[in-house]
Amino acid sequence: VCVRVCVRVCVCACVCVCACVCVCVCVCVCVCSSVPQPKDDFQEELVIRPLHSGDIYASFQFRTLWETDFMRGNKVSHYRLFPKSLGQVISKFSVRELHISFTQGYWRTMQWGQPFLPSPPGAELWVWFQDSVTDVDGTWKELTNVLSGIFCASLNFIDSTNTVQPSASFKPLGIGNVTDHRFLRYATLPREIVCTENLTPWKKLLPCGSKAGLAVLLKSEKLFHSSFHSQAVHIRPVCQDWQCKTTSWELRQTLNVVFDLHTPGQGKLEWSLFKMFSRTLTEACPLASSSKIYIDITDDPQGEQFEVSPATHLLSQAMVLGDRRTFSVYDLTQQITFGTVRSLNLLIRWKSRDMLRPLLHAERYVAGYGLQTGEIHTLMYNNHPYRSFPVLLLDSVPWYLRLYIHTLTVTSKGKDNKPSYIHYQPSKDRVRPHLLEMLVQLPPNSVTEVTVQFERALLKWTEYTPDPNHGFYVGSSVISSLVPSIVAMDTNSTREQPLFSSFFPCKEESSYFMRVYTEPLLVNLPTPDFSMPYNVICLTCTVVAVGYGSLYNLLTRSFQIEEPSPGLAKRIANIIRKMRGVPPL
Amino acid sequence: SHAAIKIQPMRQFFSSGHTNNWAVLVCTSRFWFNYRHVANTLSVYRSVKRLGIPDSHIVLMLADDMACNHRNPKPATVFSHKNMELNVYGDDVEVDYRGYEVTVENFLRVLTGRLPPSTPRSKRLLSDDRSNILIYLTGHGGNGFLKFQDSEEISNVELADAFEQMWQKRRYNELLFIIDTCQGASMYERFYSPNLMALASSQVGEDSLSHQPDLAIGVHLMDRYTFYLLEFLEDIHPSSKANMNDLFKVCPKSQCVSTPGHRTDLFLRDPGSALITDFFGSVRKVEITMETINLTEPIHFVNEERQKETYSYVDQLPVSEIIHQKPKQKDWHPPDGFILGLWTLILLVFFKTYGMKHLKHIF
Repeated sequence: VCVRVCVRVCVCACVCVCACVCVCVCVCVCVCSSVPQPKDDFQEELVIRPLHSGDIYASFQFRTLWETDFMRGNKVSHYRLFPKSLGQVISKFSVRELHISFTQGYWRTMQWGQPFLPSPPGAELWVWFQDSVTDVDGTWKELTNVLSGIFCASLNFIDSTNTVQPSASFKPLGIGNVTDHRFLRYATLPREIVCTENLTPWKKLLPCGSKAGLAVLLKSEKLFHSSFHSQAVHIRPVCQDWQCKTTSWELRQTLNVVFDLHTPGQGKLEWSLFKMFSRTLTEACPLASSSKIYIDITDDPQGEQFEVSPATHLLSQAMVLGDRRTFSVYDLTQQITFGTVRSLNLLIRWKSRDMLRPLLHAERYVAGYGLQTGEIHTLMYNNHPYRSFPVLLLDSVPWYLRLYIHTLTVTSKGKDNKPSYIHYQPSKDRVRPHLLEMLVQLPPNSVTEVTVQFERALLKWTEYTPDPNHGFYVGSSVISSLVPSIVAMDTNSTREQPLFSSFFPCKEESSYFMRVYTEPLLVNLPTPDFSMPYNVICLTCTVVAVGYGSLYNLLTRSFQIEEPSPGLAKRIANIIRKMRGVPPL
Repeated sequence: SHAAIKIQPMRQFFSSGHTNNWAVLVCTSRFWFNYRHVANTLSVYRSVKRLGIPDSHIVLMLADDMACNHRNPKPATVFSHKNMELNVYGDDVEVDYRGYEVTVENFLRVLTGRLPPSTPRSKRLLSDDRSNILIYLTGHGGNGFLKFQDSEEISNVELADAFEQMWQKRRYNELLFIIDTCQGASMYERFYSPNLMALASSQVGEDSLSHQPDLAIGVHLMDRYTFYLLEFLEDIHPSSKANMNDLFKVCPKSQCVSTPGHRTDLFLRDPGSALITDFFGSVRKVEITMETINLTEPIHFVNEERQKETYSYVDQLPVSEIIHQKPKQKDWHPPDGFILGLWTLILLVFFKTYGMKHLKHIF
């Protein structure tokens, strides 16, 4: 604290604010003489993109950059903008990269286009460990437990039955030289529910919390009343400057939400910040070096079909998802953005919008009938008119769906399409899931279908969940691809770019990297009738009681002959005869 | 206070000797029509947080998610009163055990402290011998048992034994146990450890009834006992002097239809001297000191000589590299059972046919 205050205002303020006078003064003197580089930096931004169907897509990104080194034995003890809980996780578990996301809903690519940061439904966690870790599986188990406490999620259900080690997908997104996939672990929990209890600790990781800046808009009652909600945390080492000789740690917290047109009741193509979030903005986060809002106005720069108010003259162009898009920019660090009312409520009105036709799109479904066998079909669409590109398909299927890999077929346009790389790791019952990775070249303007048959296993009765008739989930397939881009992408990674366009590193100009997730599958397993143990006990006990009891009676009881008692008239007659002394009847 | 003027030993009798407060709040029911049990637990959570117990000292277990359930017409909310007056879910909730994690085993492990070593702090009950603990259970129950998630039960004997384990391990100073289920009084019949006070919403043979349905949401929102308990607690503030005798009067038979019961024979103090805030609130002891404390020298960042190698981003989809990837070295595992058996059979047959003396030639 002393050092920070010293940099801003010299000597005087330092003395009265800090309790330890002598220490503060001497530090003040030596630091104020030179201009120090900021050790950590925080940026926040919000991108709003109106969609073709009338829905609106809002993407928040909060990035903290910190020039520190968790790895080299430096004991990091002063945390300022970087949250301490995550810093301790990184240094304790020797994490090189961590990506965790919680999603509610499924991203509809055909209606909404491509998201800036894709995520599968449920929870997804993938981690690259440093090469100094000796027991990766043990460290992975401890890491998932610690993260389940930090994010209030059931991540402790991640164990060897749903963790896989991809051999070619999920290359590190940060810098580094090591790419030995022994240090990579990937797991999904498609059943995981996302609610306010996951948002609360996520908001607490931000430097300004939810009190100032863009995070005041994050109110759970509006965020979860939407078609799609996804929050994620990405930690990775990045280059500090263009020379890339030193690294700094980057923490990105992203939140993507798509608001449904018809939910609030109105049907008009008119959205405002107040309608979306039930809040307006009054100030930027004081700890942020940049705080901006971008509105995608690409289809109509003249403002005829599209209207944004209050108007702004700041425009920016960015290359994102293979396309050059134009954005109106609102800079929240400038006071004039808020105008005279000291609050910013953006109003966006439009009449119609072109559909962004996605070049790559995927679907998955289960075919077949009955509770014994089935077939998984994965369809991948290449909508480019003349270019073909490679995709890497990663499928992780739980062990209780026994895949028959000899029935795997990959067809495009009716003909067999042999993948150039297949990695298959068979499952082991109750130990690990199936892992299937294939590199397939998608021909232009075609549909590629991957089918594989499976058989359902019978679980032990203690392995069923308390609601087994709901079904069992199979995680989403991941399709990673290099999609040809319409405009030349920018390969210079250290140029000042908006956050939403600088997540995936770009190595070549003609294509960009993209990931698409398919739907998760819900499969019914043969479920026993759980009332049967009770019924069986009742029936067996009844049979035993009736059968054995009867036999016991027959064997152990002795029989006597008994005279039936005479009728009333005869009894009176016998009494009279007894009185007379005559033998009875 | 008056107690300080009286004889010193008497003071101990009138005030609790606790230094920290914990709460374990459990909802054991799954499925949308058991919305009221989650609302019960969340309203006690809300009161306990409002009276001062922080999230780090509350272990909240909810067996199903009602707020973000797709049947909920108002997502991220759980209401306790019809006409949607009070959202007990709030904006600041932290659920420690949720969904399938709420099992009898996890509940007993939390109470006794026997958790796996990698369990995070927020999922542990880190109480000591000066902690006052509030335990609240709600769900479907019967004579002597409480049902967890429609698939297993906890019996009153198990619960009493768990509390005895806690006493022997000195994990609580005083414990208040509240249960809102049908025939709830049966759950505290078997307690035998000291310093336990128990409250239940109904006697053995009686059912606890729910309060009122909300026609927009379509389910019953709260149980009667907890509804009136929440109303009572809304009037309590952190410095209130209300005591346990007031708590026993909550929800008489006219309001609750069932007869709430309580048990105080194991509690060593007089219940009239036990304040509500002893269990529902949080004790904060603040010591003001006038001494100055010398802080250590700040750690100066030494700019060590960094390596001169240049880093670069990794290619995300290196197609040629992937196609020519060598299959990775598989770790050698000792042969599995079947292979071992097969080889043993072959060797046995071999030696039987050719005789044991040939073994000498081999070894």
